[in-house]
Amino acid sequence: MSADLVHGGMFTVMVVRVDDPNDPEFESRLAEQIARSPTFFANAPVVMDLQHCTGAASADAFHGLRRMLKRQHLIAIGVQNANATQIRAAMNADLAAFAPANAARRTEAAEPAAAPAPRPAPVAAPVIAAGGVSRTKVITQPVRSGTQVYARGGDLIVLASVSPGAEVIADGHVHIYGALRGRAIAGASGDTDARIFIGKLEAELLCVAGHYLVSEAIEADYIGKSVQVTLVDDRLTINRT
Amino acid sequence: MSKVITITSGKGGVGKTTTSAAFATGLAQRGNKTVVIDFDVGLRNLDLIMGVERRVVFDFINVINGDANLNQALIKDKRVDNLYIFPTSQTRDKDALSKEGVERVINELRDNFDYIICDSPAGIEHGALTALYHADAAIIVTNPEVSSVRDSDRILGMLASKSRRAEENEAPVDEYLLLTRYSPERVERGEMLSIEDVQEILSVPLIGVIPESEAVLKASNTGMPVILDTESTAGIAYGDAVARFLGEQREMRFLKTQKKSLLRTLFGKA
Repeated sequence: MSADLVHGGMFTVMVVRVDDPNDPEFESRLAEQIARSPTFFANAPVVMDLQHCTGAASADAFHGLRRMLKRQHLIAIGVQNANATQIRAAMNADLAAFAPANAARRTEAAEPAAAPAPRPAPVAAPVIAAGGVSRTKVITQPVRSGTQVYARGGDLIVLASVSPGAEVIADGHVHIYGALRGRAIAGASGDTDARIFIGKLEAELLCVAGHYLVSEAIEADYIGKSVQVTLVDDRLTINRT
Repeated sequence: MSKVITITSGKGGVGKTTTSAAFATGLAQRGNKTVVIDFDVGLRNLDLIMGVERRVVFDFINVINGDANLNQALIKDKRVDNLYIFPTSQTRDKDALSKEGVERVINELRDNFDYIICDSPAGIEHGALTALYHADAAIIVTNPEVSSVRDSDRILGMLASKSRRAEENEAPVDEYLLLTRYSPERVERGEMLSIEDVQEILSVPLIGVIPESEAVLKASNTGMPVILDTESTAGIAYGDAVARFLGEQREMRFLKTQKKSLLRTLFGKA
């Protein structure tokens, strides 16, 4: 059973560009950017990009950065584009060293569970480069068997069908305009108000905030119909739309 | 512009090699300089289907490793002008397909041919991924049954994420669906998925429907691409599929049982 304990996973993580850790205005500029969409950034894991940073050569410097990010409700998990001294210091501060952005993209392409559409590469914005401005993810192509699409921190809209063996996941609502033949998971981070809207229900699995129904448990009356799935009193409820 | 067409399916035994042989022959018959490559390293079959197994000296892997050049390995078809067969090795395995080596060979072929047909091995591992990596177009060979359809769906996902075009953010690979071993009688009896069922799941344009036909087995056994058997329904259907691939409008044939039309059956059921 021990073989099941560790397995691979893919996550979209925001990158904070740290140019000068001692810059007195750094925190206020960061706070300003976060203030524009506070819930999006709340307790989000971040990686510090040190490409243009020559300082930060001690564990203490990283502890300081971590405390500063924490004050902004961001959780530092590692560094990117760090030099050898910085990597050692980061390790001593319990931060992981991530591969440079271009190397990371190559690994992502080799990942079996990669989403069908190449996701936008994180862009270096003034301070924070996020996975995107809009929190809603729109997929226009069919989601093929064996692929997984995750809308982190927002809704997922699929304009086509989701094939058997495919998985569509959102922290918010999941909207599927075509047929759902694979799995749909809404409220993946625990939002019990999240819903799943389906053009044609033929699902393998429905899940809202951890409560799920497998296809066997779905009433035959709803199969092939246009439905919405909600969580009512801790019970998954399907309604015709 | 030279075009790489990968014939793929995910599932085995659905007719990839038969289709590769037929398509390559059909394209060459229409005056396109065409080469068909066997990517199924270790399970060499294309040379048998093309009837050139006794003329193989050097193979794909020899050329990848630089032990032979293209001209030494390519076998010119004796029946159809413009058609060349590029056999693979029976003694090696798929790991011999190095990314750089395959890329070099494909690029060299692009300079010399109008169409490069890649006959993919089954599965979704290294061999199949290498065969689809360079695709400009892909023909997804599917039998009208659920496991074949699901595997085709998986391969379509791979084309959209693992091909060179996907990696380099170019226009996506052109995808076409080819239904093989189609039997109107069995569809009517509910033993097989209908064309509509398959298309609804895969949502890829249909380029042809090849009826179940004894001519396919006979052609394989005699080493003659079935498209050259213009008496057979399968041969004619492949001819239509090639014409559609080249942009011609042709009606689908052989979709009906003798007595009752398929459409009536379908509408009768619905």
